Amino acid sequence: MTFASILIQLLNGLAAAASLFLVSAGLSLIFGVTRIVNFAHGSLYMLGLYGAYTLIQALGRTPLGFWSAVVLAALLVGIAGVLIEVLVLRRIYRAPELFQLLATFAVVLVIKDIALFTWGAEDLVGPRAPGLSMAVEILGKRIPAYDLLLIAIGPVVLGVLWLLLTRTRWGALVRAATQDREMVGALGVDQARLFTSVFFVGSVLAGLGGALQIPREPANLDLDLAVIADAFVITVVGGLGSIGGAFLAAIIIGVAKAFCIGIGTVSWFGFEISFSKLTLVVEFLIMALVLVARPYGLLGKPQALQRLTTDPAPPLTAPSWKIALVWVVLLLGVPLLADRYITIMLTDIVCFALFAVSLHFIMGPAGMVSFGHAAYFGLGAYAAGLLFKRAGLPMEAALLLAPLCAGAFAVVYGWFCVRLSGVYLAMLTLAFAQISWSVVFQWDSLTGGSNGVFGIWPSAWLADKTTYYYLALACCGAGIAILWRVLFSPFGAVLRAGRDSPLRAEAIGIDLRGFQWAAFVLVGALAGLAGSVYAFSKGSISPSTISIGQSTDGLIMVLLGGVETLTGPVVGAAVYTWVRDAVARHTEFWRAVMGGIILLIVLLFPQGLVGGLKALFLRWKEQRA
Amino acid sequence: MLSIKGLHAFYGRAHILQGVSLEAHAGEVVALLGRNGAGKSTALKAIMGLVPPAQGEVSFDGRRIERLPPYRIARLGLGYVPEERRIFTDLTVMENLEVGRQAKRGAASAWTEDRLFALFPNLAGMRDRPGGRMSGGEQQMLTIARTLMGNPRCVLLDEPSEGLAPIIVEQMAHSIRTLKGEGLSVLLCEQNLHFSQAVADRAYIIEKGQIRFGGTMAELAADSSLREQYLSV
Repeated sequence: MTFASILIQLLNGLAAAASLFLVSAGLSLIFGVTRIVNFAHGSLYMLGLYGAYTLIQALGRTPLGFWSAVVLAALLVGIAGVLIEVLVLRRIYRAPELFQLLATFAVVLVIKDIALFTWGAEDLVGPRAPGLSMAVEILGKRIPAYDLLLIAIGPVVLGVLWLLLTRTRWGALVRAATQDREMVGALGVDQARLFTSVFFVGSVLAGLGGALQIPREPANLDLDLAVIADAFVITVVGGLGSIGGAFLAAIIIGVAKAFCIGIGTVSWFGFEISFSKLTLVVEFLIMALVLVARPYGLLGKPQALQRLTTDPAPPLTAPSWKIALVWVVLLLGVPLLADRYITIMLTDIVCFALFAVSLHFIMGPAGMVSFGHAAYFGLGAYAAGLLFKRAGLPMEAALLLAPLCAGAFAVVYGWFCVRLSGVYLAMLTLAFAQISWSVVFQWDSLTGGSNGVFGIWPSAWLADKTTYYYLALACCGAGIAILWRVLFSPFGAVLRAGRDSPLRAEAIGIDLRGFQWAAFVLVGALAGLAGSVYAFSKGSISPSTISIGQSTDGLIMVLLGGVETLTGPVVGAAVYTWVRDAVARHTEFWRAVMGGIILLIVLLFPQGLVGGLKALFLRWKEQRA
Repeated sequence: MLSIKGLHAFYGRAHILQGVSLEAHAGEVVALLGRNGAGKSTALKAIMGLVPPAQGEVSFDGRRIERLPPYRIARLGLGYVPEERRIFTDLTVMENLEVGRQAKRGAASAWTEDRLFALFPNLAGMRDRPGGRMSGGEQQMLTIARTLMGNPRCVLLDEPSEGLAPIIVEQMAHSIRTLKGEGLSVLLCEQNLHFSQAVADRAYIIEKGQIRFGGTMAELAADSSLREQYLSV
């Protein structure tokens, strides 16, 4: 590479870093004060991009029209953020943090469909910035003038934010609330208004980040989750709550990505290394490296423990044998009465139930929230498919070996993950899932790339849908039974102790990390089993089984059912799978309907479906007594 | 000024306050005494709305406040100084004070940074020091100063003498007497009887969430069996 081309890639990377920084700074700010991991932050970015597209059309392609459109779009996104805060999140600030997360998932679904309804499914390519569409020549290479402007905008915004945070009363309140929001309230500060203002500023930053990208990337409906993943990585690499850290991380990642694209394929010692394929992975690799070396990010500090207003998780109660027996009989009997459609749906539900129960195991009793649980489900599915198609193993062998493969990945991923806790842990799981996804997505010769693997059908004796349903029920039922049984073993007790008080658990001589690692592997293998059973029931697999969407589906199932109950995840999986299917058959906008339903449940039952029904039942019993 | 009747409060399922009644009049320093875990801190938190009262009345200046959120209570002129100080460690002394600032109310002259530095001279020399790099005594002064920035008419002080060097305790007592001289009411929780005797006009004794004694400091001083039963460790 010549010096000139290195410089060009550097500038490219810095230009891309500007928007990444804006989004991440907003996310960081909101998380710091409200402790809400706002999954809808990427959706706000997407709205900024779409909004700018439409506003430029309305206001005209003049410099004035363009820049008023960008600013206006950012402000409108800010107002959208305020609406989300006031209508949804403000009502559940006292609910468990994970439930707030569920609410932001619902908002993601709703916003995606609002965008689909308003702007359609086609990518929208925006205009170049009027007056800045020329290129500037640097060392004989041409670089768009707009990129140079973006490079300047990043530090300007950083400076403005720094002044706001350190030189104004609002900034002092924000930093104080980041440490101890209850105390800020006791000093007479209206938290609700402070939170709303923080949401406004954070959302404006997301909207601005999106709007500024309009000359560089087309507006499309997949941006929400793609951007939130980027923003998570950057906030975590920089250190949660550190605006300067976000800036640094955005630059590192923006530049690394640009170099991967720029370098292309290189051959070293006879090996062909395709750096452009690394583009999708590089940020996650950087994150994994940074977190292992600095568990709180580059410029982050150990998180101040916010005073919890919620009660600790109640002790688990085992499901009763009698009720379980009734369910088993019902599930065995259903195919005798139901049609093919219901049998297939039940097979799906059974697979997702094991997926959800395994996720619940790790995030509930074991206290390690995973944002990337689809990794093990998807790797199990791919292992089954590849062992069957590429290695030529019999179907039965592939089905049973696949969980071991998923477990083997969990051994590696888990080793890193158990070194972290809280949001950092969740982000690292997401990183591993994304790495797995992009490898599967790009390795055409092995995995079939974006098309996936086809023709993965069960052996003849299992080909009948009803027979396969019984197989799925047996495999997944056994998986669920194992996980539930383990929770009540001494191993399960150790995990719960580690969740409630890691320090005390270690002080009485428990090697907590070791146990958590083992839990990771167990859960990964069983999620892999769910994926393997699922693959053979569908006959094909695609990279979407490892996607963020699949991971968030799992989280929704667990949280919908209720993380504090054992049976909740099963109920959540069943309800979510069934309702999604039922709604999707009637409307293109099933996401909005699902999101609406989830929001209603969040606002009405802050303990999840099963938890909420339990509470209602208890109240009813008390009233009768 | 501050009147509490039959206050009940829970921590999770634990019934901490079991019908607490007490009063603090204008310009009076009242001590709430009791052993560890008797419910002193919870009483102050319940008055402030930080632990929502399950039952009972809290009136401040004739207004019922037991259903209000903490910030509204603070804005009515009730200041709260927490037990563990809860200084914002990333913020400087000046910024900590800024967070506490509220509009001045009533006829009393408003607290300013300069008046507070006169009251707590140690703070004056460390305006730009982050709260996390201060000693326990300095933090205790800052937390009181921060609450005073809200111009309260009544201050709830949770264990102001806890964990402080004797000379700082002496200073603290002096500061509380100064506040009384300014016309503020003070309700303070204490385990330190000696300190309370130095500052308080009246005292209540709380045990197992119930008030066991209420009277003047002189009455308490005269009754050694009372001290023996409820306060000695």
